[in-house]
Amino acid sequence: MDIKKAQAASSLSFGEGRAEAKQEYNITVYTENQIGLLNRIAIIFTRRKINIESLNTSPSEIDSIHRFDIVLTETEDVVRKLARQIEKQVEVLKVYYHTNDEIIWQEMALYKVPTDTIAEKVLVERLLREHGARAVVIRKDYTVFETTGHRTETDNLLYALQPFGLIEFVRSARIAIIKSSEGFNRKLREFEQLEPGQEVSENEFLSKRDKVFTM
Amino acid sequence: MEIAQEELLTIVPETKKIKEVSGSVALLEGLVAEGVDTIFGYPGGAIMPIYDALYDYKEKLNHILVRHEQGGIHAGQGYARSSGKVGVVFATSGPGATNLITGLADAQIDSTPLVCITGQVFAHLLGTDAFQETDVINITTPVTKWNYQVTDANEIPEVMAKAFHIAKSGRPGPVLIDITKNAQIQKFNFEGYVKSNHIRSYRPKPIVRNEYIEQAAELINQAKKPFVIWGQGVILGKAEKEFQAFIEKGNLPAAWTILGVGAIPTDHELNVGMLGMHGNYGPNVLTNECDVLIAIGMRFDDRVTGRLDKYAKQAKIIHLDIDPAEIDKNVQTTVPVWGDCKETLPLLTKLIEEKKHTEWLQKFKEYQQKEVKAVIDAELNPTAGEMTMGEVINQLNILTQGEAIIVTDVGQHQMVACRYAKFNKTRSNVTSGGLGTMGFALPAAIGAKFGAQDRTVVAIAGDGGFQMTIQELGTIMQCGIDVKILVLNNRFLGMVRQWQELFNERRYSFVDIQSPDFVKVASAYGIDGKCISEREELQNALKEMLEHKGSYLLEVMVTKENNVFPMVPQGCSVSEIRLK
Repeated sequence: MDIKKAQAASSLSFGEGRAEAKQEYNITVYTENQIGLLNRIAIIFTRRKINIESLNTSPSEIDSIHRFDIVLTETEDVVRKLARQIEKQVEVLKVYYHTNDEIIWQEMALYKVPTDTIAEKVLVERLLREHGARAVVIRKDYTVFETTGHRTETDNLLYALQPFGLIEFVRSARIAIIKSSEGFNRKLREFEQLEPGQEVSENEFLSKRDKVFTM
Repeated sequence: MEIAQEELLTIVPETKKIKEVSGSVALLEGLVAEGVDTIFGYPGGAIMPIYDALYDYKEKLNHILVRHEQGGIHAGQGYARSSGKVGVVFATSGPGATNLITGLADAQIDSTPLVCITGQVFAHLLGTDAFQETDVINITTPVTKWNYQVTDANEIPEVMAKAFHIAKSGRPGPVLIDITKNAQIQKFNFEGYVKSNHIRSYRPKPIVRNEYIEQAAELINQAKKPFVIWGQGVILGKAEKEFQAFIEKGNLPAAWTILGVGAIPTDHELNVGMLGMHGNYGPNVLTNECDVLIAIGMRFDDRVTGRLDKYAKQAKIIHLDIDPAEIDKNVQTTVPVWGDCKETLPLLTKLIEEKKHTEWLQKFKEYQQKEVKAVIDAELNPTAGEMTMGEVINQLNILTQGEAIIVTDVGQHQMVACRYAKFNKTRSNVTSGGLGTMGFALPAAIGAKFGAQDRTVVAIAGDGGFQMTIQELGTIMQCGIDVKILVLNNRFLGMVRQWQELFNERRYSFVDIQSPDFVKVASAYGIDGKCISEREELQNALKEMLEHKGSYLLEVMVTKENNVFPMVPQGCSVSEIRLK
């Protein structure tokens, strides 16, 4: 038996009967605000040699609870396993994952361009208008514009400004609102109870199992 | 009256009376409150304040001075595995802490509850490359269930309570608490130790869903060829009785992973043997013939499943596990039964019907007979040639009657010991299953003995692994514990040699290992011993070892080039198991 072939075959069997194609997934993680937790979550990805495309971490709507927004391109099977491994960490309260269709998302970008080119070239002004950009700072030597949108939108302005002496560019990680989410306030109250309600350990299988398993 | 009042005062727990104490004292009070009786450790600069406090706790906390921190943590593992309690390990910063890593990784993958305390440099020196400073938290993050750095003594009671709660609840695992030296020294107002039973972000047990129990029961009731495979989860969940009741009601044949062995006695009629690469013939082949596979507290390790895409494809799969991340991780389940098997098994037992499964059980017996003929007979009862590892284990069984705790190292002897050792009681087999840590046996046996002092503990090691932690003979010498050491010497790194023979055209690359005179080494540590190479001596020598007062080393020279069979070669399906 060719060992390599067998191993390749066995790794293929992983997502059997599931959507196999890789696509962008958004993982949302609610955690305690704890030093070292970022590392604990990051190594779940690095151990499996999976690249994090974008990562945002910031305080959530609830005091003391942090929210991670992680973007990666993988199959659903891999993403589900990652989500379970993350949720297993002691200081993680809850993990969700969604496709791009299931969220509203934005990234923010800042562009620094020489003020003189802006002032001189009417074209630039129109460009900015078209891209819905807004000036954050206007100085004698440079001006900083800001725009928010999907990756393609912030990219478009970037390409458009390149010929006009763009000095510096930066883009934030993705942040996303989950269309179906009711927020975390009510959930957290359940977590704080000694005997949690059914909500706390949601089981994504329960509603789907009928399709997979019928007596 | 006055005397009575004084008596009352002394009843008040120690912890309530103490006000201003150091972080170190608070830590030790925490250990006492958690019921810790034994600590395995090694002092050093950054943990000196804790050791200074320990000087006054000698009566309550028995500290075992090991010879190397790796030995310390393996002893902690052995203690936890034999006793079912949390193993506690002390080490200093820097090299002390990094020497724990192998044991942490081992405990993490084998779900062993540990609380490890490491000293750390003063908080103001963190990140300055101070003497014996290592970033212990980041190094240990991938190999701990939880870790935390304490820099203020006020945190100690709460952090210790969390540490014990996390280590032992849900799926157990190792916890490491790194305490800076200033926090160990710092005095603070200690208001007592309160055990933790709730951390809001931590759900050790998933909620049991009756839907799944019902679905699982229905599948089992419909099954013509149900097959139970169980792992350490049954032992960790203390659900041995519940498990036995379950398989007995349904007359379900059951096979074990090497960490699950002993949950029911070896001789139980429904115990059909060992799973996996060197497991028994029937359980492996019949995995691919059963119609319902019921996995209980096991994680479908690659050594158990062989090639995954040819693993039990014909079967509906029921997986009982406390860790939701294990469900569907390697094998797609039909019905996941999330929860503690101590709770889920009785629910399931109630719903399953009493069945006979006579024909199906007979199949296991037939395969067993084939294996006895092809492999086991020659291994256990050879009449000529050099001794085999199997016959040593077989003779040991006859003498111990399955009552001993067997602690094994890693390699051929481990597979042979797990295959052939007889166990009447749970928590009798201590082995490094997931990580496969050579050097595990000797220190783990020391710990196992402390965890179960009324039981006989036999460490079985090969000539390779024994030399990896041989320094722990010093620990035995100093603490005077009674551990029997059985070295099966084949003058090779046997398992690697076996693979080189089978898969690398006998290109024996660096597996020819020389050993010192082990009996002399033991004798230098004040441990009696003997080396034998003749079959006629075996029974008496084993008897002498077991009857000896105190520790004893018996070295048995066994066949140099013996292979462990059956074997599922890597990359092959369990049904392609080879008998030779």
